[in-house]
Amino acid sequence: MLGLNKRDTRFLIIVILLTLFTPFLLQPFPEGSAMAQFNGGYPDLMAKIAIFGIFAMGFNILFGLTGYLSFGHAAFLGVGSYAAVWMFKLLTLNVFPALILAVLVAGLFSAIIGYISLRRSGIYFSILTLAMAEMSYRLAYSVLTPITNGETGLQVRDTDPRILDGAGAAQYPNLFGLELSTSWDWRVLGHVFTFNVGFYFCAVIAIVMFYVSLRIARSPFGLVLKAIKSNQTRVNYTGMNSRPYTLAAFVISGMYAGLAGGLLAVMDPLAGAERMVWTASGEVVIMTILGGAGTLLGPVLGAGAIKYLENIFSKINEQVLHDWFSFLPDWLADPVVWLASRFTGEGWALTLGLMFMAVVIFLPGGLVEGGQKIAGWFRRKPPADGGDDPEHHPKPAPHVPHMANTGD
Amino acid sequence: MDAIFLQILNGLDKGSAYALIALGLTLIFGTLGVVNFAHGALFMLGAFCAVTLQKLFSLSYTVIDETQKDFLGNPLKVEVSYLEGWFGKDLGGALADWSVPLSILIAIPIMVVIGFIMERGLIRHFYKRPHADQILVTFGLAIVLQEIVKYFFGANPIQTPAPQAFRGALDFGVLVGFEPGAVIYPFWRLVYFLFAAVLIGAVFAFLRFTTFGMVVRAGMADRETVGLLGINIDKRFTIMFGIAAAVAGLAGVMYTPILSPHYHMGMDFLVISFVVVVVGGMGSLPGAVAAGFLLGILQSFASMNEVKAVIPGIDQVIIYLVAIVILLVRPRGLMGKAGVMEE
Repeated sequence: MLGLNKRDTRFLIIVILLTLFTPFLLQPFPEGSAMAQFNGGYPDLMAKIAIFGIFAMGFNILFGLTGYLSFGHAAFLGVGSYAAVWMFKLLTLNVFPALILAVLVAGLFSAIIGYISLRRSGIYFSILTLAMAEMSYRLAYSVLTPITNGETGLQVRDTDPRILDGAGAAQYPNLFGLELSTSWDWRVLGHVFTFNVGFYFCAVIAIVMFYVSLRIARSPFGLVLKAIKSNQTRVNYTGMNSRPYTLAAFVISGMYAGLAGGLLAVMDPLAGAERMVWTASGEVVIMTILGGAGTLLGPVLGAGAIKYLENIFSKINEQVLHDWFSFLPDWLADPVVWLASRFTGEGWALTLGLMFMAVVIFLPGGLVEGGQKIAGWFRRKPPADGGDDPEHHPKPAPHVPHMANTGD
Repeated sequence: MDAIFLQILNGLDKGSAYALIALGLTLIFGTLGVVNFAHGALFMLGAFCAVTLQKLFSLSYTVIDETQKDFLGNPLKVEVSYLEGWFGKDLGGALADWSVPLSILIAIPIMVVIGFIMERGLIRHFYKRPHADQILVTFGLAIVLQEIVKYFFGANPIQTPAPQAFRGALDFGVLVGFEPGAVIYPFWRLVYFLFAAVLIGAVFAFLRFTTFGMVVRAGMADRETVGLLGINIDKRFTIMFGIAAAVAGLAGVMYTPILSPHYHMGMDFLVISFVVVVVGGMGSLPGAVAAGFLLGILQSFASMNEVKAVIPGIDQVIIYLVAIVILLVRPRGLMGKAGVMEE
């Protein structure tokens, strides 16, 4: 179906189902129960997961497939947001022109930056992209204030011209008149499930983008990208010019980022330069690594995990912790609460850093590799993938029974 | 003329900080081959050593002073710092006043120990991993260190003044023949520059003139051969990591009067320091120092109003612009050696 083989079709259908049923999946606990604060099924969070999923998917095309670690991708996200908000201001509050402009501008911007940065590879590439993004961020705050509105951020106002809408039309971004903030609640068995237009809009786009990245990964183009990742010199020696391929990967991932930025502006028509700061670029790296760089689903899972945990962890304050640990004796409860509160609420960044280190140290393949390992234990055989890289996975001598090694 | 001279001076203190951090980064990179994104955090930890000592020195208790009365005739409660209580008013006050330079004494052992722990506990396991993994794990570590500091010291910048004797400004122009008042330069910045120069000189002399330094340099050139000669090069490289951490920490300690330390300062300096390392040439110690001063001075020139009028916003981006141009024109950086991080 759609040019995919049977396995990929099944994979795509599972992803589509997972995405469309997110309002159920993230809302497993009944309303008002003690566990209700672990519910993540509200529109804002779900849309964010979809948006950052798109961002991470695009980043994965560059980092996961091609092996270039960019530390400046947030710049494209920010540019996309600005472009979308400008479209809202000048033309119409309909979302499509805004998204198209966001993708185009981010694509153009990433073509320029990519053309320069891709002259080098490895750590130099990372630092070049870092420098470029930092430069864009600083410019957005200083000289480009007429375009970016500096620290206040770019906003939609009543006084904007909005040529197509005219005055007195819709005040919020809409889908041909349907406001994205519209949502329906469905109450059943004590659960409340919220279905929101904005989330489903983002989700459909995310599914389409997932399909695109699946096709890219399976195409001859994707194969070349993987070849560049494993050995760029060899690719060059076979007579292939790798530069156009890396540039294309860079621009595609920049456009994904621009789309994500545009969607952020669609969900909340406000664009600020803080989206472009280099730690924001670090965040998408974290998402991709956490999920599993180079895998298709990994980045989306990583984005979902980070955004979900961020939301839940930041909500937990000391009062909530006290309620949780009230079953413990007092002398034990207080230290436990103290310790736990260091990692929750304000301390979320600490948890993020620790989680990040733990993933890089213990699980370089991310959640997907972890899942495969666990699945491998159940099937009583070693993990399926990775056997093709002799440097990292030396093959055991043929006469040694393999099962003997898995006992540890 | 005096304006140009002033801008060069202004660039020196920032340039010194860049040079010191970049020197440590290059030491780590040259010896261990590890890209350390947590180096900015080490700079920040150094700065907070100074904050800690200052806080310790200003701990105080209240006593009821019978000699002073308030307007009702009751004895006044007076805060007396422990230092003044123990060492008398003069010595105690002087100690508190000199807390920033004195923190050098505690910062060296603390930073060396932190460096050892980092190298032994974490970095060691990443020698063989790709550079991307090293970047990512040290980036995570930087976040963790930053958050820990934020918990203990809060998110706001903390004032740490220089000793009274260095608080004023020096009419530096008079010394070199300009009119009085033309080139006014804060004392502490001069101290910082001299301190940085001494520290950089010490590191170079250590590498150049000691047997230990010779072995380390040999190890940088060919680690395997040095190992085969029966020298435990890993141990020496660990010590070099400790030294690099101490250099970054000292850069942070002395920088506190110039910039009030806050938990995020490491990240701000880190990006620029990486740019400095790349401009100087990956793995080249003199390159890192030269590029640090060069970029510091360029930055202060770019923030002159005359320059900003011609090219608006240049002060914000000059460093990155220079880095981009240099990387494209001279891919190895200013003084990069062939064979280091080539691809």
